Amino acid sequence: MTAATVAAPDIAIEVTGLSKSFNGREVVHDLSMQVKRGTIYGFLGPNGSGKTTTIRMLCGLLTPDSGTGTCLGFDIRRDADKIKRRVGYMTQRFSLYQDLSVRENLEFVARLYGVRDPRKAARDMIARLGLNGRDEQLAGELSGGWKQRLALGACTLPNPQLLLLDEPTAGVDPKARRDFWNEIHALAAQGLTVLVSTHYMDEAERCHEIAYIAYGHLLAHGTVEQVIAASSLATWTVTGADLNELAADLADKPGVDMVAPFGTSLHVSGRDHAALEATVSSYRDRPGQHWQHGAPSLEDVFIDLMTRARDNFQ
Amino acid sequence: MSAVEGPDREVEERPFGFWRRSYAMLVKEFIQLRRDRVSFAMIVMIPVMQLLLFGYAINTTPRHLPTAVLLQEDSDLGRSILKALENTSYFQFTHEVHTVAEFDSLLLSGKVLFGVEIPRGFERAVRRGDRPALLVAADATDPVAAGSALGALGTLMQTALQHDLFVGDPPSLPFEIRAHARYNPAASSRLNIVPGLVGTILTMTMLIFTALSVTREIERGTMENLLSMPITPVEVMLGKIVPYVLVGFIQATLIIGIGVLLFGVPVQGSLLLLALLSTLFITTNLSIGYTFSTIVQNQLQAMQLSMMFFLPSILLSGFMFPFAGMPVWAQYIGEGLPLTHYIRIVRAIMLKGAVLENLRYDAIALVALMLLAMTIAVSRFRRTLD
Repeated sequence: MTAATVAAPDIAIEVTGLSKSFNGREVVHDLSMQVKRGTIYGFLGPNGSGKTTTIRMLCGLLTPDSGTGTCLGFDIRRDADKIKRRVGYMTQRFSLYQDLSVRENLEFVARLYGVRDPRKAARDMIARLGLNGRDEQLAGELSGGWKQRLALGACTLPNPQLLLLDEPTAGVDPKARRDFWNEIHALAAQGLTVLVSTHYMDEAERCHEIAYIAYGHLLAHGTVEQVIAASSLATWTVTGADLNELAADLADKPGVDMVAPFGTSLHVSGRDHAALEATVSSYRDRPGQHWQHGAPSLEDVFIDLMTRARDNFQ
Repeated sequence: MSAVEGPDREVEERPFGFWRRSYAMLVKEFIQLRRDRVSFAMIVMIPVMQLLLFGYAINTTPRHLPTAVLLQEDSDLGRSILKALENTSYFQFTHEVHTVAEFDSLLLSGKVLFGVEIPRGFERAVRRGDRPALLVAADATDPVAAGSALGALGTLMQTALQHDLFVGDPPSLPFEIRAHARYNPAASSRLNIVPGLVGTILTMTMLIFTALSVTREIERGTMENLLSMPITPVEVMLGKIVPYVLVGFIQATLIIGIGVLLFGVPVQGSLLLLALLSTLFITTNLSIGYTFSTIVQNQLQAMQLSMMFFLPSILLSGFMFPFAGMPVWAQYIGEGLPLTHYIRIVRAIMLKGAVLENLRYDAIALVALMLLAMTIAVSRFRRTLD
């Protein structure tokens, strides 16, 4: 690799070999990723997989133990100050001041970033967030959905080029979630790059590109279609009666890597298509159950990735 | 997935439920206490420190008090009187001066607590039997420190000089000792305590204000957001200290106002100088509190550390007990406490009418302590969450 990685102008984030340990436990291992400007990049993975740690390394809140990278063309180790001026970071936990009002919080952020006319900037943002009439309400008294809107407003107020959103929709109702995603798409349409971590599969499908991380390892990345295709997973969907017994029965059969209930149906998946086919053929004629061959869902793929990751890295 | 227990499963009601739950709570508290290393250390440190300080450092009948000599003549009699004074072990001659101005300035700045003046022609006047006056001036702003030495002066001198020169029966001194309790002639302890209280109250309140400031941000989770924004440690510190300078100033005005109006404590010196140096003292304490805030892990530890700092401030600053009476090691600790310097400043301005010239050393000490605290705070402030 050359001494100085010159990031192409259409690349927002480019990191290579990032690692980070806490008290001897490696939380992020040799992580490399690339995010194009103007895209919404979904960051998926189970709890404790290293998503938050990675995001914190990107915005200079944590120093990587090893690895290099640029964020908006600035070195993540040396230019944390320059990155901070251009990046909006929304923390997982609400971290604005609960004892300041909506307006006061926004004015504080505007002043910190040196925005011209902080009062007007705050007023405009309140109007944009639809928080009119609530501007004097204390942030701590807002509902979860409003808090999350306010937090998004606070990190977009200084006109960042990149948004890092750490599980922004955790604990928010479906309507607020939908509004939030519409807002994110509107921002991306204006040229903003958004890196968003989430647990929700439906949110993953709203991203232009996704990456899946488990136990600190980046396991898959690309568009949703690419990730599903790359898994080479075959899936059968079973509907009917006595699915619990069937699930228990199938779990250790050859070719079956994963059995997962989905509402009233059961997903049976495996990577060895022929072996799975053979196993399924002895079950599919049972009365009262209906088998259908289908494409795996993103969730099937992720659960499969996670299970394999647990076997490999733990 | 494990089997889910049915809703009809009987909940077993075991006896001693009250004790069982109390015990569970108690075990939890002990575990948490053990995890909090700093609190655990304080449990031992606070009583041990207090005991050692009270036991060794505090002496209400202080000896070897710093004394200046104004020698208007150099005579054998003068020499033996000074020798006798030193032999009483109450006085220790630290300065020898030759003009009244130097003599007064030493007392004003608090460098000495006593001054002995041997006037010109003293020996000849004694030989003639004129009973001339030997002036012993005491800084009585702290009546405790000055009182015992002054009280014992006459008899002590008589005993000490017995062999050299007593005349008559019963033995009496051939000269008169004129003791002069300066600044607080009535030896009113109120005059001593009220100015000291200004500093003590300010130390207590200012420390707590800023000691909680950084830990509060960390505990409420707002620190992560703050650190992700373009702000430097110095900017955070200034933003957190400055509002409380104003708060401290209002507090100081209140305490001094009450002292003057209700307790009749005078302000002999310049109010402007008092305001200026009080602001300096307030800022120094706020900086120290802020430094604590960057060292500790949580708000409880911040409170404990403030307490650890506050108690020696009361005991070793000269507020409660005479500074000059403490052993040297305790005086060194005392010099490191802002309250020590501020108490000298505030007593000197209010009671003695001192000017900045007299208080230069203590003012510089306050500035130095403030800068030291700020430097530690800025270098301790962590810009990342590592």
